[in-house]
Amino acid sequence: MTLAIDGWFTIGDDGTHLLGTRCADCGTVSFPPQWGFCRNPHCSGETQEETRLPRQGTVWSYTNACYAPPPPFAAAEPYTPVTLAAVELAEAGIIVLGQVKDLTVDELRVGMELRLTHGPLADGPLVWMWEAAQ
Amino acid sequence: MNTVVIGAGMHPWGKWGKPFIEYGVAAARAALADAGVSWTDVQYVVGADTIRNGYPGFIAGATFAQALGWNGARIASCYAACASGAQAIDLARTRILAGLCDVALVVGADSTPKGFFKPVGGKRPDDPDWLRFRLLGATNPAYFALYARRRMALYGSTAADFAAVKVKNAACGALNPMARYRKPVTEQEVLASPMVADPLRLMDICATSDGGAAVVLASAEFARRHGISRPVRLAAVSTVTPTFPNTTLELPAFATDSAAAVSEQAPQLRIPAPERPFRADIAHAAYEEAGLGPDDLSFAEVYDLSTALELDWMEDVGLCPPGEAEKLLRAGDTTLGGRIPVNPSGGLASFGEAIPAQAIAQVCELTWQLRGTAGARQVAGARVGLAANQGLFGHGSAVIATT
Ligand SMILES: [Zn+2]
Repeated sequence: MTLAIDGWFTIGDDGTHLLGTRCADCGTVSFPPQWGFCRNPHCSGETQEETRLPRQGTVWSYTNACYAPPPPFAAAEPYTPVTLAAVELAEAGIIVLGQVKDLTVDELRVGMELRLTHGPLADGPLVWMWEAAQ
Repeated sequence: MNTVVIGAGMHPWGKWGKPFIEYGVAAARAALADAGVSWTDVQYVVGADTIRNGYPGFIAGATFAQALGWNGARIASCYAACASGAQAIDLARTRILAGLCDVALVVGADSTPKGFFKPVGGKRPDDPDWLRFRLLGATNPAYFALYARRRMALYGSTAADFAAVKVKNAACGALNPMARYRKPVTEQEVLASPMVADPLRLMDICATSDGGAAVVLASAEFARRHGISRPVRLAAVSTVTPTFPNTTLELPAFATDSAAAVSEQAPQLRIPAPERPFRADIAHAAYEEAGLGPDDLSFAEVYDLSTALELDWMEDVGLCPPGEAEKLLRAGDTTLGGRIPVNPSGGLASFGEAIPAQAIAQVCELTWQLRGTAGARQVAGARVGLAANQGLFGHGSAVIATT
């Protein structure tokens, strides 16, 4: 099992989770993880703890890529449009972009619930993805 | 003390396949001729960089200065994504305002590859711009499409509304000899063009272009000495950054800033939105600096990377409250001859984007409109113009110019 990027998400028995950082001083959550200096301008904290982001959220917006994106994206052949969703994770106060697994834009609506899973890029490595929350 | 625009010049936008230096030099010579200033008298040259044209692109100020013939002027080069040109203008302006020089030349030019903008080459997993392509296949149009879909969900905007923006801008572009696309289009043509990133179609999205633009800036005193009566005045140049937490998903980010920590510090605010979204902040800072407001504008040039984004911008620069841009558009308010024309140049819809040149081209349009020399696309009685844009990594600009 190869992850397309290390340290951004984890796959376990309890599902796929996005990994962020949480500032020990002010609690600012960052995704992708921001080790070291805190991004909150009012905070001089330099200690970050790893934190799992909520697995479920609501669609803030969505789109697709009707044409194969250019490299370094590995496009499947034949190419089928990649669906993307920006999902709002309310408790973390953050919106996270990801590919959507097994849903087309016609099946998505702003405000609908999605949850985190993972799936392969066309050349093999795994990446986080959103899927229908049932 | 004022900084004034005494010269404006452009190389026509297109896909000419020539080195960016040629476009920049052509634009610079046109601007100098327009100003009646000799190149050898220019004291300061600022180049807006292009990151797709090798080392000469990273040091654009020196590249243009050498191409024009070393004249001993001081130089600067800067990169600020789509706001590069405005930042270059701001550098020259502040040097003039500081009294360190009287006359400066600002140049930006780009030569672009075909198709979507790709990240700069090589394997660079530390660069978010590389990673968003690698992990998500998230092109620039994908982000424009996210904003467009969000607008449809919030305000009930339709694909036909977006198409109407293109129709309006294409009609203006047809009147602009510097524009790349000079053919009027119909709503049906836009709606029949191929879907690129749902809900945006090919004709909703701006192309990438070659082009060059330049302005000659001077102190008001220099202009007076050279017999230039009533030059266009730069009333404000805003290049502000976002305020944390930026709760908009910005290109090329994977996520927004988190608003959660700030709510802990200020528990009375569950999810505190910043006072204004970033794009509105950019314009607001320019209004403050100029001592003017949206009601004072005669016209606006906004960064229509997509048709839908022009509608967002109209609200961000304060032409109407959120959700009402379609109403103005459909009433003809933003068309030439309307109450507040938006993108009388034809906008990115008619130009395509030549990144380092684009914000300078916007100021060229402000200059010609305010001089009353914009020809068939002239906004009648133009007295105050605003140009606004936003680019990657927290860059954006708003310029206000007045007669
Ligand atoms: Zn902190």
